[in-house]
Amino acid sequence: MLAAVTVFPGSNCDRDLKCALEAAGFKVAMVWHKDTALPPGVDLVGVPGGFSFGDYLRCGAIAAQAPVMRAVADHAARGGYVLGICNGFQVLTETRLLPGALMRNAGLKFICKTVDLVVETPDSAFTAGYGRGQVLRIPIAHHDGNYQADTDTLDRLEGEGRVAFRYGTDVNGAARQIAGVLSDNRRVLGMMPHPERAAETAHGSTDGRQMFAALAGTLVAA
Amino acid sequence: MKAKVTVMLKTGVLDPQGEAVRHALVGLGFDAVQGVRQGKVIELDLAPGTPETEVRQMCERLLANTVIERFTIEMA
Repeated sequence: MLAAVTVFPGSNCDRDLKCALEAAGFKVAMVWHKDTALPPGVDLVGVPGGFSFGDYLRCGAIAAQAPVMRAVADHAARGGYVLGICNGFQVLTETRLLPGALMRNAGLKFICKTVDLVVETPDSAFTAGYGRGQVLRIPIAHHDGNYQADTDTLDRLEGEGRVAFRYGTDVNGAARQIAGVLSDNRRVLGMMPHPERAAETAHGSTDGRQMFAALAGTLVAA
Repeated sequence: MKAKVTVMLKTGVLDPQGEAVRHALVGLGFDAVQGVRQGKVIELDLAPGTPETEVRQMCERLLANTVIERFTIEMA
């Protein structure tokens, strides 16, 4: 069970994500943004949080053009699993692996706090360990987490059960309080909150741990 | 040759930064301000003869996120 975590200049949650994946039983390879291929046999790619390329131009826009992201897109096209957290979510929307875009928070402030996160669907390898409607305590830490898409896209995501998580309250202006969305094959998840920062007792919450455990469970079975 | 690319949020997309600037202007007493949209201008130095279609591709692939933004190109 092999996971790869991409590393861009300015990534800062890459090692946290590695720790959380390792604790769930994954072997983890760190992949540099200039790499053109993923290690053979990778089951899951993690695109971590941070400020890739200094958030220049738009958050995630330059990372989306990095050579490694072409390999990640190929991995996704083959049905591989991809988890993008925070800046990773922004990168996945910029590569168009996920619909919509992350805009500046409606209140214009960087928000760093633990929030209520509502599980909208247990129907994915990422969320299979949670119950529908379960409320998790997960930290957010972002300036640009205001998820936006046109009404047709939002309706389609809702209709197909692809809204994975919603904020319990309106924290950043995101359309329909969406905090995380799935791809149409449900194997790519992008989310602004940080489950890897709620994975150990010392973090104050361990509600994120079940995401990595559920992923491990799915991949072992596969 | 040069090209000037202007990137703005699409009409209908809420612009929180523009709204904050509007608030600040009204706070300064500029009551005439009814709305502010904030965007960005990108100047490109190009090899002579670069066609506008190539600049358009640059906009679509990197300079603008067409999910939320629109762009205009001025060649000079």
